[in-house]
Amino acid sequence: MNLLAAVRVEYAAFTLDVELAADAGEVVAVLGPNGAGKSTLLAALAGLAPLARGRIEVGGRVLADRTAGVSLPPERRPIGVVFQDYLLFPHLSALDNVAFGLRCRGLARAAARARARDWLARVGLADLALARPAQLSGGQAQRVALARALAVEPSLLLLDEPLAALDVHTRAAMRRALSDRLAEFGGVKIVVTHHALEAIALAGRLVIIEQGRVVQSGTPADVTARPRSAWVAELVGVNLVRGRAAGEQIALTGGATLIAPGAGSGEVFAVIHPRAVALHRTRPEGTPRNVWRARIDGLDDEGTRVRVRTSGPLAIVAEVTPGAVAALALDQGGDVWVSVKAMEITTYPA
Amino acid sequence: MLLLAAFAVLFLVLPLAGLVVRAPWGSLWYELSAADVREALRLSLLCSVSATALSVVLGLPLAWVQARLVFRGRALLRGLTLLPIVLPPVVGGVALLTAFGRRGLLGQWLDAAFGVRLPFTTAGAALAETFVALPFFVLTVEGGLRSVDRRLEDAARTLGAGPLRVFWSVTLPVVRPSLLAGAVLCWARALGEFGATITFAGNFPGRTQTLPLAVYLLLESRPEAGIAVSLVLVAISLAVLVVLRDRWLRAW
Repeated sequence: MNLLAAVRVEYAAFTLDVELAADAGEVVAVLGPNGAGKSTLLAALAGLAPLARGRIEVGGRVLADRTAGVSLPPERRPIGVVFQDYLLFPHLSALDNVAFGLRCRGLARAAARARARDWLARVGLADLALARPAQLSGGQAQRVALARALAVEPSLLLLDEPLAALDVHTRAAMRRALSDRLAEFGGVKIVVTHHALEAIALAGRLVIIEQGRVVQSGTPADVTARPRSAWVAELVGVNLVRGRAAGEQIALTGGATLIAPGAGSGEVFAVIHPRAVALHRTRPEGTPRNVWRARIDGLDDEGTRVRVRTSGPLAIVAEVTPGAVAALALDQGGDVWVSVKAMEITTYPA
Repeated sequence: MLLLAAFAVLFLVLPLAGLVVRAPWGSLWYELSAADVREALRLSLLCSVSATALSVVLGLPLAWVQARLVFRGRALLRGLTLLPIVLPPVVGGVALLTAFGRRGLLGQWLDAAFGVRLPFTTAGAALAETFVALPFFVLTVEGGLRSVDRRLEDAARTLGAGPLRVFWSVTLPVVRPSLLAGAVLCWARALGEFGATITFAGNFPGRTQTLPLAVYLLLESRPEAGIAVSLVLVAISLAVLVVLRDRWLRAW
């Protein structure tokens, strides 16, 4: 029951062009900034957005194939969708919400309700069977939505920001619960989110989408260690630069040069952790080989650490202690010397 | 400002107070149970309920088309739909005669083909009421359909519901408050219809004489009865307002 999808959706001002493959049982998180096309991707998989090009196949069954002129309507796809704000039917009880899909598949009312009751019990909501959606908390609504999507026993489960509608206090607990429930489901699971922590907690593999294209995919460890876009780097909290390497030197796109041993050759990314960036009042003497003068654009207090945003030949963020801010008299608009030890720079091919 | 507002309130309330003060309270039941009044009441109910039913059957598809389909001339269509609201009802009656009268565009064909004659019949009275009341239903339901979260329909489709099932088991239940509100408004308007009815269907007791038409004649012959019937119509209007506010306009 694997998923093989090549999806191209064209809107007036936006094009989504993404390839996505996932195995049965696997949870893949589609991660990206708002407007990257994540929800459009889900809509295309569900049959709610028309393909301009491409093909979608689940477990050997073709759901859509543009060249063959095939496109099953949503009601004939073996899918279950948990929508962003759950979209429970407001006029139906929790039980009848879960029974809805079974009724559509031809089950009699009593049989559908009996099975729906089982599903509600499985998500721990047996006693709220008769509650209307308006009476449910966000977490309960999410579980009803999950039960409703799973009740039809889909091959492909699509979840659109499943935790975004919850308040901060319940989110961590709901994340663990959702992760456990997803583990019980044997089909392909695609979770769309803009929240890195959610993606890492829920999924074994991340697919990063920006502006309608896949910019990176891999395990969470992979992606966080070697970000390939500014957005991912910011998510992970590291400095990312790109340039052309030759020997120990990297000629950056902005014109500056970094020294990093073993930089290799050709186009490379270089990651510099903010804690590896040192700030000085005067030009530092000694070992650091990457030294430049910069202007402080701003300071972000993060409690035990302060992130100092600087601009110069190279825009870079340094992370220092509040004590260092005081000792160096760092202030927005002021000048400062920046140094990065060559050994602290990680490079990999772009 | 406050003084003028007070005058406005007085202006609106005084006629109602007049009705209440002048109502023949002692003989109210006697006046209302007179044969001609009962007959008019029966006709009024029959015609207004028929007009409401017809409005629902014709108005729901029209509201759906106006709310959901994008096509050239949609603004024009909506304007046409709303026309009967702003049109003087008498003109509506005249227009109906030119369409459904014995010499009318459709009327002469109906007469020739089926022997159906609508003017000056009970069906004609119901038709006149429908013409005037239908827009109220369409307008209300169109608004309701526009405010439905379309993604609920998407959700239903991903659960296996085809377009028809989505409409019946999701869209219609979700717009139920608008449907009921529209039907009640439509019925109230049909019940009070005067101009189009008297022009197209005439004022024949037992056939086309509905309550408003009866009031008009009673004021000449038996003013007490006319006031009593008016009071009944006021009571119905108030009930409609209360019911709409308290129950049916409440969202889910």
